[in-house]
Amino acid sequence: MSRPPIRPPIRPRRALLLPLLLALGLAFLYLPIASLIVYSFNASRLVTVWDAVHSPTLKWYGELFHNSQILEAAWLSVRIAVMNATGAVILGTLAGMALSRFGRFGGRALLAALTTAPLVMPEIITGLSLLLLFITFEQLTGWPAQRDAATITLAHISFSISYVAVIVQARLAGSDGSLEEAALDLGARPSVAFRRITLPLIAPALLSGWLLSFTLSWDDVVISQFVAGPGSSTLPMVIFAKVRLGVSPDVNALATLLITLVAAGVLLSTLLLQRRERSRARALALSQEG
Amino acid sequence: MPASSTAYLQLEGLSKRFGQFLAVNNVSLCVERGEIFCLLGASGSGKTTLLRLLAGFETPSAGRLLLDGEDLAGVPPYRRPLNMMFQSYALFPHLNAERNIAFGLEQERLSKRQIAQRVDEILEVVKMAPYRARKPHQLSGGQRQRVALARALVKRPKLLLLDEPLGALDRKLREHTQFELLNIQQQLGVTFIVVTHDQEEAMTLATRIGVMDRGEIVQIGTPREIYEFPATRFVADFIGSVNLFDARLSTASVSVAPAAVDAARGTCLHSPELPAPLLVDQSIEAAADAALWVALRPEKIALSRQPPAQQHNWARGTVREVAYLGDLSVFLVRLESGRELRASLTNSSRECAEQFARDTPVYLSWDSTSAIVGSS
Repeated sequence: MSRPPIRPPIRPRRALLLPLLLALGLAFLYLPIASLIVYSFNASRLVTVWDAVHSPTLKWYGELFHNSQILEAAWLSVRIAVMNATGAVILGTLAGMALSRFGRFGGRALLAALTTAPLVMPEIITGLSLLLLFITFEQLTGWPAQRDAATITLAHISFSISYVAVIVQARLAGSDGSLEEAALDLGARPSVAFRRITLPLIAPALLSGWLLSFTLSWDDVVISQFVAGPGSSTLPMVIFAKVRLGVSPDVNALATLLITLVAAGVLLSTLLLQRRERSRARALALSQEG
Repeated sequence: MPASSTAYLQLEGLSKRFGQFLAVNNVSLCVERGEIFCLLGASGSGKTTLLRLLAGFETPSAGRLLLDGEDLAGVPPYRRPLNMMFQSYALFPHLNAERNIAFGLEQERLSKRQIAQRVDEILEVVKMAPYRARKPHQLSGGQRQRVALARALVKRPKLLLLDEPLGALDRKLREHTQFELLNIQQQLGVTFIVVTHDQEEAMTLATRIGVMDRGEIVQIGTPREIYEFPATRFVADFIGSVNLFDARLSTASVSVAPAAVDAARGTCLHSPELPAPLLVDQSIEAAADAALWVALRPEKIALSRQPPAQQHNWARGTVREVAYLGDLSVFLVRLESGRELRASLTNSSRECAEQFARDTPVYLSWDSTSAIVGSS
């Protein structure tokens, strides 16, 4: 029998190897999370023992919604994250604009270095130095009288700015300054040019900067530990404290809720992005026809 | 309109310095109303900086800038009665064609009805009415160019600045757009200042051209003047294709000159690269041993298989290369001195270039009115 040997047949061993590696990789990444979700439905009070008789149950979820400590911490975290994200977007945008649009002003290199430094600064150092700063301020001016949500927010803004500035700068670098110049040339004052041209242009960067800042604040433990006072424990701080006293099953339930929220958010943004991409492709096809 | 002693646009000793670098050096220039003035130069010659000085994006280090009698010193870009069409078009990506065009009028606080009317008018002029609702990324390159033009023209500027207006278009579209641009300019009577590095673009568009080199304007003239009578060696070399010779005034008697050349007006030169004396129908003031240049355009050289009758303005060589360009054939001829000359021939009949195939010995000759001699 003669047949043209176009391509050597795939050996069964090779064919199995790739899916196997994929499965192992995914398991490495997601097995811990999956086990956490499964155990959130466990009826047993002991986290590591599966109570096959009474499981699955939603009792930890019910308990969660009656735990005022956790609910308060979650609400505080949301408030801090929103304020942080908003403040960081405003200040970070100003820094990003200055770095990408103001030409070579004196001290530009210093500003660029200082803006990006918090990205690589160890959190523990940032936290400690902020604590010392707040204490010194209190001694000198009487403010802040106590460390609370305000100090946590300020601390979070101080490192979130960097992320926003980098994102905005990247977005502005993608377009030359001629759009703003064109607006000026057409008679728009600089403030109008910023509002009507620059702002819409960098809107996607502002949105992603806001979301990123929100997330950074939402799950920060280390820096918050330093600058939080009594009665101002954020959600991650509460979880961390609870776990140190021994893992309780309601933490699993809380984590599962958070994961669900994040997954839903990611799914939504992916779908939105896909839709935009598709309408873009359609528009492009249209322009080539016309 | 009464003729005024001052021009419409007047630049007086305009300079711009970036640190140590002098981007624009003491430029003085007058442009009349309704002109299309082209600033032509290689990249880095300062032409774009000059345009940005006009638009107000850069402030001059020295000199004055007057438009229609008004001194533009200290006037910010958004108050200058002129508009610019950017090289990248700089269309606002989040606004459709119509909104892009309306943007400038909205800044003038015109009523909605007036804005709509003027946008409609200009869309008709640039023939973009059917595409008014499209966003820039849904338009082709040529359509974007027209929206950018309309956006600048709808403001009825006293002066329109165009930065490489055809640079982003492909060749076929360029020719078409060039003539359309001329049409629109004549229709609306706006004064154009065009910056380009493309001499073909400058030649077809301009009423006058200013050639720029290293921040200075080296020659101002009509396209014909610039091409036929380059003032300096740089201009001769920069514009079009040219054969340049180093030459000195010849001590030999002018007796070789035919009676047609007036010895008082003509100049007899000698170039080590040419076997025969060079006779140029142009007088020049120069010392006997001054280093001069002679420029000779390829299309002004005649090719023949037989030696020419004249005793001057000829050379002998062999064809090294033939480039057939369709309408033209360009020959690279190596002379006995080793120098290579470019000569071109219009293909007025289908076979006329055949007789000068590669390695054919040929004679080159030209008229004394064809060459240009200069000293700088």
